[in-house]
Amino acid sequence: MYTAQMRELIKKVEATRTKRVGIQFPRMNPDERQQVLQEYHPDYRDSGFRCLALGVNKGCKVPIELADLIEAKSRLENIELDLSKIDYDVDVLIIGGGGAGAAAALEAFGQGVKVLIATKLRFGDANTMMAEGGIQAADKPNDSPAQHYLDVMGGGHYTNVPELAAALVKDAPGVIKWLNDLGVLFDKDQDGTMVTTHGGGTSRKRMHAAADYTGAEIMRVLRDEVQNQGIDVVEFSPAVDILLDEDNRAAGAVLCNLETQEYLIARAKTVIIATGGAGRLHYQGFPTSNHYGATADGLVMGYRAGAELAFADTIQYHPTGVAYPPQIFGALVTEKVRSLGATPLNIDGEQFVFHLETRDVEASAIIREIQGRNKGIETPTGVKGVWLDTPLIEIIHGEGTIEKRLPGMLRMYAKFDIDMRKEPILVYPTLHYQNGGLLIDEHGQTKVENLYVAGEAAGGIHGRNRLMGNSLLDILVFGRRAGEHAGAKSKGIKVKKLNLDHVKKYNKYLELSGIITNRVSPMVLPHYTHGRE
Amino acid sequence: MSQDQMVDIYILGKKYSVPESLTIMDSMEYAGYQLVRGCGCRSGFCGACATIYRIKGEKELKVCLACQTKVQDGMYLTQLPFFPGDKRQYDLEELEPNADTMMQLYPEIYSCVGCNSCTKGCPQGLNVMQYIAYAQRGDLEKCAHESFDCVMCGICASRCPANITHYQVGLLARRLTGKYLAPKTEHLQTRVKEINEHKHDLPLQELMQKDIDEIKELYNLRDIEK
Repeated sequence: MYTAQMRELIKKVEATRTKRVGIQFPRMNPDERQQVLQEYHPDYRDSGFRCLALGVNKGCKVPIELADLIEAKSRLENIELDLSKIDYDVDVLIIGGGGAGAAAALEAFGQGVKVLIATKLRFGDANTMMAEGGIQAADKPNDSPAQHYLDVMGGGHYTNVPELAAALVKDAPGVIKWLNDLGVLFDKDQDGTMVTTHGGGTSRKRMHAAADYTGAEIMRVLRDEVQNQGIDVVEFSPAVDILLDEDNRAAGAVLCNLETQEYLIARAKTVIIATGGAGRLHYQGFPTSNHYGATADGLVMGYRAGAELAFADTIQYHPTGVAYPPQIFGALVTEKVRSLGATPLNIDGEQFVFHLETRDVEASAIIREIQGRNKGIETPTGVKGVWLDTPLIEIIHGEGTIEKRLPGMLRMYAKFDIDMRKEPILVYPTLHYQNGGLLIDEHGQTKVENLYVAGEAAGGIHGRNRLMGNSLLDILVFGRRAGEHAGAKSKGIKVKKLNLDHVKKYNKYLELSGIITNRVSPMVLPHYTHGRE
Repeated sequence: MSQDQMVDIYILGKKYSVPESLTIMDSMEYAGYQLVRGCGCRSGFCGACATIYRIKGEKELKVCLACQTKVQDGMYLTQLPFFPGDKRQYDLEELEPNADTMMQLYPEIYSCVGCNSCTKGCPQGLNVMQYIAYAQRGDLEKCAHESFDCVMCGICASRCPANITHYQVGLLARRLTGKYLAPKTEHLQTRVKEINEHKHDLPLQELMQKDIDEIKELYNLRDIEK
């Protein structure tokens, strides 16, 4: 519920609303975009980053919080493990039970090999479940994979690995068909035409959705299918380090049973890291829209095993996280809210940025409005935000649109007594996505033999900025590609003796690099106290 | 936040004093828990944090998602981090979208006694008993849409005297609807066929070979659908 003071300010929004309907705020030109990024995007703030002291990317800058985990000791440092006692013996080990992991599992299993998904929390507990807005695919007559490619490259500031961007757009329609055939309930017109909208930075309306439960709908269907196929899943058992064999090929992982704290050995012929993102590291103190388990575990394990990071210094701050109420601070307000016409407004009820710039530009413009121009709206906790004028959606598309197309958002706000159909909502950028990750090729392979990465943990596809709807797409495109390749490849592999020598070496390099620390990683679970001392 | 009014809550019967502005989930962390089970997306989409509570002095048991509900003074609470509901295995390719399929896979839905405990327990506010009724009569599309916002937290099943796992029934109905009953998408079939016939390979390869300045120009001049 809004305070009396906030209600007063809402009157200014209402006063300008009719004048704003149908008026398009101008888009920024390339120079204006560059300027706002440089001045206000957190990626350009040097104090948030540090250069790595060791490993493949020695000298490259990454967020400080990530550097702290990379420059930390293995959890297994002082633990004697018998690596000949195998607890799980499989062909393909998939670490992570989100969308990428599930897609990889289905494809690998389809190759007729033995697959295990080991996941930190429950199967399906992942950012996939929380992806609300949609999934891009160029499947309409006025669109093409080439057009999609152009949007992807421009959105990524032309830094994307071209082969990965091409794979992404080319597989996209096939992914939608695959999901449709698995029974995902996409929004369609009576004649079967997909209901599609724009996202920030798209040149065609190619955002497919299942209301604002798109990721949840995809995740629960994939999970159900994995269960139907009888693929093995072990929950609450995160990997804490990758195992290599005598030829330095990835050959499994050490898992930790979170309930018994017992370490278990999973041996595999190929390994796919699908552990997702890093929002729970709260870079630069930002709130996050991410899942509880998003602690960059895969980046840390993969890096220790010798895989290379790419674009690890580029983070996506979603322009619209919840600024108020405080109970859901940082939770995602899907971009679809803007796709449907809601626009950001300052304290005077004036629009200050086109509502569908790419996410990095939109977020920077919001930060500029609050910090640079002091036109934000203050909440009782001191956090400032800008309005997102959601009642516009009902004016533009008709009454009932929000209930039909944004039921999740409507419910979330209603639980805290805010009716977004009638009142605008308050937003502030939230840490949403790691644009980079472990570098892969178009089959999902890293440079460590038999080690694959898929999903948010992978890097290169989106370059320095990802567009809305290309993450649900990427986890499925590269999850499937990695699963298929890793499944096929596993058939010709004979695993040699397992070892953790690379972990021991890594710990030694830490000392040689002058890093004396008690930090251990991966983090596995965040630790919150909510102000209690 | 430190100026906050404090309230007393009882986590698994043990008393803690926590700020009243916190959600149940945050209050558990404030109390000193590091959550392993019973915590997922923290945004109301995953169903990991189903919670049962009662307010001191009242009789009624209430249910909610811990991440979406503020604490109240005198709240006795426990989480339901896992529910051993049954999911039937099936091959979607071999099923038909009708009541017989429901009858074969989830016959217990016909034992519904109409107590409405499922609906009363749903933290998403869904009309659960109604979607089970749709499933009983094979009206799968209605079941699919009525159950669409389900987060599969399991509370409905935990309260059902007929041992129905409602959330699995809803999921089956949605998958059958998505695959068989929803209208076919012609433009999707066409595009996938074109891609399989390599009709889009050349335009993509041409773009991939362009240098950055050419791509930049194409990007900045591209027409944008209204």
